[in-house]
Parts: sequence; C-alpha cells; structure tokens
Amino acid sequence: MATLAEAKPEAVLSNDEILRYSRHLIMPEVGMDGQQKLKAAKVLCIGAGGLGSPLALYLGAAGVGTLGIVDFDVVDYTNLQRQIIHTTNDVGRKKLDSAADKLKALNPFLNLRMFETKLTSANALELFREFDIVADGTDNFPTRYLVNDACVLTGKPNVYGSIFRFEGQASVFATEDGPCYRCLYPEPPPPGLVPSCAEGGVLGILPGLIGVIQATETIKLILGQGDSLAGRLLLVDALGMKFRELKLRKNPDCPVCGTHRTITELIDYDQFCGIRGQEEPAGNDVPAISVEALKKKLDAKADVFILDVREPHEYQICNLKGYLIPLGDLAKRVNELDTSREIVAHCKMGGRSAKAVSFLRRAGFTKVYNLTGGILAWADRIDPKMPKY
Amino acid sequence: MPQIQIPSPLRQYSGKQASVHVPGKTVGEALAGLVEQHPDLKRHLYTEDGKLRAFVNVYVNDEDMRYLQKEATVLKDGDTISIVPSIAGGGCPPLRALSPLSLFRDLARRQTD
Repeated sequence: MATLAEAKPEAVLSNDEILRYSRHLIMPEVGMDGQQKLKAAKVLCIGAGGLGSPLALYLGAAGVGTLGIVDFDVVDYTNLQRQIIHTTNDVGRKKLDSAADKLKALNPFLNLRMFETKLTSANALELFREFDIVADGTDNFPTRYLVNDACVLTGKPNVYGSIFRFEGQASVFATEDGPCYRCLYPEPPPPGLVPSCAEGGVLGILPGLIGVIQATETIKLILGQGDSLAGRLLLVDALGMKFRELKLRKNPDCPVCGTHRTITELIDYDQFCGIRGQEEPAGNDVPAISVEALKKKLDAKADVFILDVREPHEYQICNLKGYLIPLGDLAKRVNELDTSREIVAHCKMGGRSAKAVSFLRRAGFTKVYNLTGGILAWADRIDPKMPKY
Repeated sequence: MPQIQIPSPLRQYSGKQASVHVPGKTVGEALAGLVEQHPDLKRHLYTEDGKLRAFVNVYVNDEDMRYLQKEATVLKDGDTISIVPSIAGGGCPPLRALSPLSLFRDLARRQTD
C-alpha cells in the first residue's frame, strides 16, 4: 500500500480533506491510497441530465479530483422530476452553470472542467484524451456510438448507463480486454423504431438508480477494487425491482475494437444512425391552421370537428374537448370520422397530428388540418390557464 | 415451455405482458411462436426479409445466442429467453426525423411529440 510520502504531490490530502473523506479512509478498500487515487483521477461526464446529475454529485462527493462535464442544454421545468442537480431556481439557466454551483458548494476541493459544447466527432478525441474515464449519460444513439468509438480509439473506459420508462441498463465498455458498445449492439435501431424518453417517458428515480450504478463503477475502476461490470450487462427493472445480468463478449468481428478494424477514426454519427435532422420536420408539409384561427372559428360557432390524436393519459392532463383517437389507433378507427366535415387534428406539439393529417388526406379526407404547435401553442397563446406538460 | 422476457419498449405489442410462455424446441421456434401470438411484435423483431433485427439481442438465460447456436440453439426445460433491445435514454433527446409514410403503422404506434 502506498503511503503519503509516495503519493504524487498534487494528490496529497490536506487535513480538511482527510476529515471530509474519513469514512473512506477507514475502509481498507479505499484507505489513504484509494482516496489519493480518487483525487488524482480525471472523470468526464457526458451530459448533466438525468444520469449526469447523480453521477456528478456522487463523484464530486467521493472526492474525484478532476470532474469534467460536457453539456450545452438549459434547465427546464420538465427536467426537475429527475435531474436532481438542478433546482426550481435554475430553470432557464445553463445546466453547466447550475451543476457547477451545486458541485462547488458540495465539495470546494473539486477541480471542475466545464465544456459548453455538443460532443462531436471533431472534438471528442481531444476532449477524452484529457481524462482517465468517460461516463456516458447521453440520451441519443448518435452520441452513444460517438462516445463508444472515441473511448475505444483513446483507450478510455466507457462507463455506460441507459434508461427507458422504468428499465435501465448499465455496463463498462472499452476496457483493455473487454467488449465495447458496438460488440453488444453493432447497429443502432432505425430512427423512429425505439421511442426515446421524451417520447416514452421515464420514471424519475430510474436515472438516479442507474446513474449511481455508473458512479459506483467509475469509483471501482479508479480504486482498482471489486469486479467491474466490464463483460456484463446489468438490466434493472424498477417496477419488478429485479436486477439481472447478461454475459457480454468482445466480438472478434467488431468494426471498432475487433481483430479486423474498419473504423479507425470517428465517423458521422448522425448519418450512421439515420438521423436526417435534429428538429421535427413534421407539420411543415401538411395543411395547417394556427391556434388563433381555430379560436376564431370556434368563437364564430363554425362547424369544426376537433380530433385529438394523443394518448388517453395526456387527454386527462388537458384537452380541447376534442374527439380522442390515439394516433396508433387511427388506421383502424378512421371510419369513426366524417369525410365531409372540417377536421382540425391536434396533439401535444403538432408532430403526431401532422402524421394523422397526412394519413387522413391520403385516405380521402380533404378538409383536414393540422393545429400548428399543438395544444401547447393553445396553452401559450389562447388559454394561459391550461396546464402544460 | 420456454419463457420469453419482453422488455418494456416492446410490451405495448405483447398485450402489456412482461413475459410470455410459448412452445418451441429451439430459440427460433420460440420466437416464431411469440410473433404468432403477438403479430404486432413481428416488425419490431424481424426485418422485412425475415431476419432478426441487428439492434435486438436475444439471450438464452444469461448467454447471447450469437455465441451459442443462434436461432438453432436448443432449449431446455425452464430456459428463459430475453429480448434486449438497445435503449438510449438519459435525459431529453432531440426529436427524431420522420420516416416515409410506408412506415406509418410503425410510427403511428409510438408517441412522437
């Protein structure tokens, strides 16, 4: 075991730090040696969101010396249900500023490195080289593959966590002999086939559960203690409260870490994942009506049939007293609609209802319009008392 | 009868069931039985030419079937098959682009606002 005299000068603990980390120092698995390893460690968290919140807080509390965070987002109200590093007062602030305040207050000994940028193929390698371990708290497939490939190419372990509704996955990828994310999933799903959290929802505690598992794995890697999740995929089902694990193997044919590598530099991950644009294009190419125009028609008692294509649980939150047919049921329930009437279809923001309008037009409806901006636009511009979600 | 574990993103296509018992001597037969019972699952698990999709991993107990005999892997009594699709969530992702209308049924079944 290393002694204080052997430690790198910058990793020597002050008396204040010794007191702060005393519950670590009296554990043989950490001890002075381990706490100095933590202080010397440099961990980069990708994202300061659901997974990034508990990750950064626990890593900061544990005394990881240098903590980097990459994020370019702003805190909004819908984040607060799970992104516990941010508070109500932070809404509208940059997530990095908000996170930095909490981390500095939590542990003034931290060396914080904040990167207000989107992680891209152009900056990832340079960024990762400055750190020892990368913790992936991202929320989309292109960035997942980018983080993985950049970790393999720079030789940095990728502490992985991912969530959906009430299920999560965690593992450690890209260790020296271990599998990488591409060994597990060589290809991403085509866009649209797997719903994201914004689409499918997520139980607020779930990123806490998975993010803390990521923090645990990160700290174990730094300490060199225990059995890491490398080579294992942990599946967490919060509803059944079941933890299962599956064996992961390094795929000899893996294009990025296998024996015959075809990916030796970072690629265009948006293209790889089939994303043609970050913004929702729907609604631009179908006949539409504004919320103001709809209000005018309703006030004039015009014959307008409002079709709500959201889900029943969304209808419960707020509605325009429209006729509810969830988009998924529209094809089989289309006969409930009258082709001769003027129909205004709406959803939450206009995406689903644009698909509904497009579908209905092809099915022979000629007087069907999409409510631009959906019920949120109505809440913003017509009825400020309406709850938004 | 083997039991197949359905992950939450796909439960909307399996009558909300988290696990399904289906007959089958091999993994391939059990999966065929599954999509016969729940036809809506088919396009999520298989490509149009009948191959299992690359982002859907199938495990027999804790072992990836790619490292067993794939769909020809023989099942024993009490074996559990798990379908493990890739998920990407971590926060609030950007919205995805639209697919062509031919995918309408796929798209229509998800919420995409």
